[in-house]
Amino acid sequence: MLHVAVSKRRPEFLLEASFTAPLPGVTALFGRSGSGKTTLINLISGLLAPDSGEVRVGEEVLTDTRRGIDIPVEQRRIGYVFQDARLFPHLSVAGNLRYGARRARAAAVLIGFEEVVALLGLGALLQRRPRELSGGERQRVSLGRALLSQPRLLLLDEPLASLDVARREEVLPYLVALRDRLSIPMVYVSHEFDEVLRLATHLVLLESGRVLAEGPVSEMSLRPELQAIIGPELVGAVLEGVVTRLDAQQRSAEVAVGTGTLQVSVRGVRVGARIRLQLLARDVILATQPVQGLSVRNALASTVVAIADDGFGAVLVRLDVGGAVVLARITQAALEALRLRPGDAVWTLVKAVSTRGHAYQLTPGG
Amino acid sequence: MYDFPSSAELDALRLSLEVALRSVTLSLPFALLAAWLLTRVHFPGRTLFDAFVHLPVVLPPVAVGYTLLLLLGARAPLGIWLRSHFGIVLPFTTAGAALATAVMTFPLMVRAMRLSLEGVDRGLEDAARTLGASPLDRFVSVTLPLMLPGILAGAVTAFAAGLGEFGAVITFASNLPGVTRTLPLALYTAMQSPAGDALALRLALLSFALGLAGLLVAEVLVRRVRRYLGR
Repeated sequence: MLHVAVSKRRPEFLLEASFTAPLPGVTALFGRSGSGKTTLINLISGLLAPDSGEVRVGEEVLTDTRRGIDIPVEQRRIGYVFQDARLFPHLSVAGNLRYGARRARAAAVLIGFEEVVALLGLGALLQRRPRELSGGERQRVSLGRALLSQPRLLLLDEPLASLDVARREEVLPYLVALRDRLSIPMVYVSHEFDEVLRLATHLVLLESGRVLAEGPVSEMSLRPELQAIIGPELVGAVLEGVVTRLDAQQRSAEVAVGTGTLQVSVRGVRVGARIRLQLLARDVILATQPVQGLSVRNALASTVVAIADDGFGAVLVRLDVGGAVVLARITQAALEALRLRPGDAVWTLVKAVSTRGHAYQLTPGG
Repeated sequence: MYDFPSSAELDALRLSLEVALRSVTLSLPFALLAAWLLTRVHFPGRTLFDAFVHLPVVLPPVAVGYTLLLLLGARAPLGIWLRSHFGIVLPFTTAGAALATAVMTFPLMVRAMRLSLEGVDRGLEDAARTLGASPLDRFVSVTLPLMLPGILAGAVTAFAAGLGEFGAVITFASNLPGVTRTLPLALYTAMQSPAGDALALRLALLSFALGLAGLLVAEVLVRRVRRYLGR
């Protein structure tokens, strides 16, 4: 478990943050730019020293200002993937990869050179110089270099932020593969919720140097603190479930969520795979009567749990769908027309295609 | 009347090269240290130290030579100590000429190294830290290679300038044929002698060619190294 409780005065704000992340897993530090995310991981890495506080990985204390402990960065065995890759320009890709490996001889080998090269698809790049690489390739090399230093924890500071959308796809699948195949815990700084959805297991919300909330991603998706950060268009419950059936063309899947099943549009998954999907609240339709003659693939019997102003001029209805929580964003006028109250039974309508691009495999099935 | 090149010219050329090479070798580590201190370390008196390093630029070279004589001369305490403990004699020797040249060219070297050190991305050193590199290791494996263009430029410029150092050398090491009579001293001596015009002209041309070659080599080297570094 990674435990962080630090305070640090910066010119722009006072960082006073504490969180505890389960290890292994991917902990996302999520917040707007300037919320203190990078400062926070620099404090974990040791590149910055806190004014006061402590950082612990498992039982090992890395920083404790009260006891005067501050393990030097180079002895922490914490890998760091910087936003700007920071490859050594005077070394080839192979030289960059070996830089950390050479200095980690004493450490237990978690992953070998060939394995990293294969996992990150670096075989064709080994003899190249950093300046000859694309942005995505640079980040993959940077990732490989950090992994080969045999870290017990890997910090990633918005590794995709300087890449365009197409280049992001050159890196993201590798991060997913890393999460699934290695047991190296990661702390991932991001301000893109999509990346969080795809990668994170634990979510820490930061705002103005403070932790607003932390917990599993699905739980956090229901929190107004997150909704305030990502805005009304991206608000929606995150659900996790197991694929129980695929259609003939493998374009849609039935996913067991709670006690019910959901038809979703997702590709490249197998039966038995555990997936995570987000039902965007703006795409969820409510009906007080069973509906007929609609193209919508999911009509789920559910109960209204709570109704709240969403802070953006509409209403957010929280629903219990067979044990799972779903959010629906509707107008005030619609709420009044349907006369919804907590406890009411309603039909929750979800189009299968509305999950496209919002459903990701968490663990592969058999 | 002269067989070209005469032994006087060869001696002067050989001596100039030797003095310049020895002076660069001598000052390189100290210049690197000074550049490091001036760029990376905040200490009280840094501005004073900076001024002190650059003093030879503004002082008359004769004054520098005279100061060295005062400090290291045959009767100066430091000079006596060096001779009795290490057998090192500096005034009126080739080593002394190299030392005087080193002092004069020191600011040039520090300047070039400092510029290149300021250009080194500290973020790369941080990256090396997270990869387990200790301070000395980071300096050798990251900072130094990235500084290489500046170190080379500084060394070659100091070498080229050292070939022509006159005032400090003649004051501290005198003008002894075959020992301290470098190119500019030989040129000066030739100008002073009634039949020396032709020799003086040839020595002047030689100095000119050497200086130009030095600067060109520096430029080419720096470009090569930059390309090697991927910049």
